[in-house]
Amino acid sequence: MTTDHAQEHAGARRGEPLLAADGVEMAEGIYKMYPSSHGIPVADWATDFDHADPEYNKHAHEIWDDLRERCPVAHSERYGGTWLPTRHEDVRKIAYDTENFTSRQVIVVNGRADPEMSPVGQAPPITSDPPYHQHARKLLLSQFRPNKIDPLEGEIRAICRQRLDDLGEIVPGETVIDAATQYAQHIPPAVISRMLGFPPGDDDKFRYFIHHVIENIDGSPEEKLAVGLEFNAYLDAQIEDHKQNPRDDLTSYLLEAEIGGQKLPHETVRGAMLLLLIAGIDTTWSAIGASLWHLAQNPADVERLRNDPDVMIFALEEFLRAYAPVTMARLVAKDVEIGGCPMKEEDFVLLPFPAANRDPEFIENADKFIIDRRVNRHSAFGLGIHRCLGSNLARLELRVAIEEFVNRFPDFSLPKEGDQTTWSLGQIRGPRSLPLLIR
Amino acid sequence: MRLKVDNEVCQGHNRCKVLAPELVDVDDEGYAVIKGDGTVPEELRGKAQLAVDNCPEFALSLEED
Repeated sequence: MTTDHAQEHAGARRGEPLLAADGVEMAEGIYKMYPSSHGIPVADWATDFDHADPEYNKHAHEIWDDLRERCPVAHSERYGGTWLPTRHEDVRKIAYDTENFTSRQVIVVNGRADPEMSPVGQAPPITSDPPYHQHARKLLLSQFRPNKIDPLEGEIRAICRQRLDDLGEIVPGETVIDAATQYAQHIPPAVISRMLGFPPGDDDKFRYFIHHVIENIDGSPEEKLAVGLEFNAYLDAQIEDHKQNPRDDLTSYLLEAEIGGQKLPHETVRGAMLLLLIAGIDTTWSAIGASLWHLAQNPADVERLRNDPDVMIFALEEFLRAYAPVTMARLVAKDVEIGGCPMKEEDFVLLPFPAANRDPEFIENADKFIIDRRVNRHSAFGLGIHRCLGSNLARLELRVAIEEFVNRFPDFSLPKEGDQTTWSLGQIRGPRSLPLLIR
Repeated sequence: MRLKVDNEVCQGHNRCKVLAPELVDVDDEGYAVIKGDGTVPEELRGKAQLAVDNCPEFALSLEED
């Protein structure tokens, strides 16, 4: 598969990493930086893929289908060496293998997180490894169980309705709204910041921080350091406020929580808050947008949701399967072979759960959206010990956001000029701008 | 028929609780617990099968008595 030409480029791309030990200034917790390959066109997705290339998320389904036939584990020299399995079986195997793969770093960038950060990592429990992981996870999972989340439905519905009201006058057949920036992106931040007990109205700040963590993949070390410090300062101020004025919310809960009879260190509390913000916002916003993108092109599905609301119990899972937003990553902890590929220590491995969900060997009619699909073991929320702990909240937000949208607008489509959607960059896939014509 | 959950395998997705609330509950930590002794009445067989068919971790099973 690898041509001489690609190899030549690949060698240049991998290059020698810069080391913090040589006095290079790096973001907190990063000890090694590989040279950037930003902007170099992808020669072949099988041997030179780049998940930060704008074409990747735009054409993700076609790229994964092609790779699944050809590889099925793709490799790239970018980011110091990265693997991309596309079959459910391989994704699943790696997700369960916490011996050979570490969660020290779950976002693929040019920098490598310092091994000293294990087993807690920067944003526990998603960046934690066993056995510490299960303690941190237990603390949080209990706060997202159904009887904690179900009571939020009314509030989420009110947020959605307010955003729809704020769209102003709609002229059917004429008005084009941006369902990503005017609707979807506002729902998750309002909910999670309320749960954390943060001041209302800071949504723009969260989106700015999160954009830097998730989408600014090629940001310079200096830029990442500056934004990281700014984000930490924001969270520190919230922690301080909660120490002075404890209340019934997740921040006060984390400040009171104990692992092994000890209160959590400041960095652990802050890291968990960081996780809840990052994981709670970009992902669900992306799922809402992608679901509306689907509905805009499939009026029969809108009609079914309106006329047969009971179908939502299955439809919700099909949206999550077919348009799963989240790809996580692992670092190889020990040299290991997966799908015949020699993975080396400190290589990255992307875990594209959305690709696994569309593997025809795993699920029938994998490429078809079947609104009432009854057997659906999709892994949109991941698999194994790191599977998403906020899934009950994500499902509630996604369901209510879709219900409210289709109830308000029985008929909507892509604009007359065609698909104007712009997709995110990197591991969280969803529309960042989604112009829709209200009919 | 009896519905069983393997607690070593369950990761708390809570799909079963949504699809078969008569048969499954969620404990204080967020993981699945089978209500009572797991016996599935005739009229709930369909729901029990749905819960089994939709567990991402293959943690649920239906067994003959």
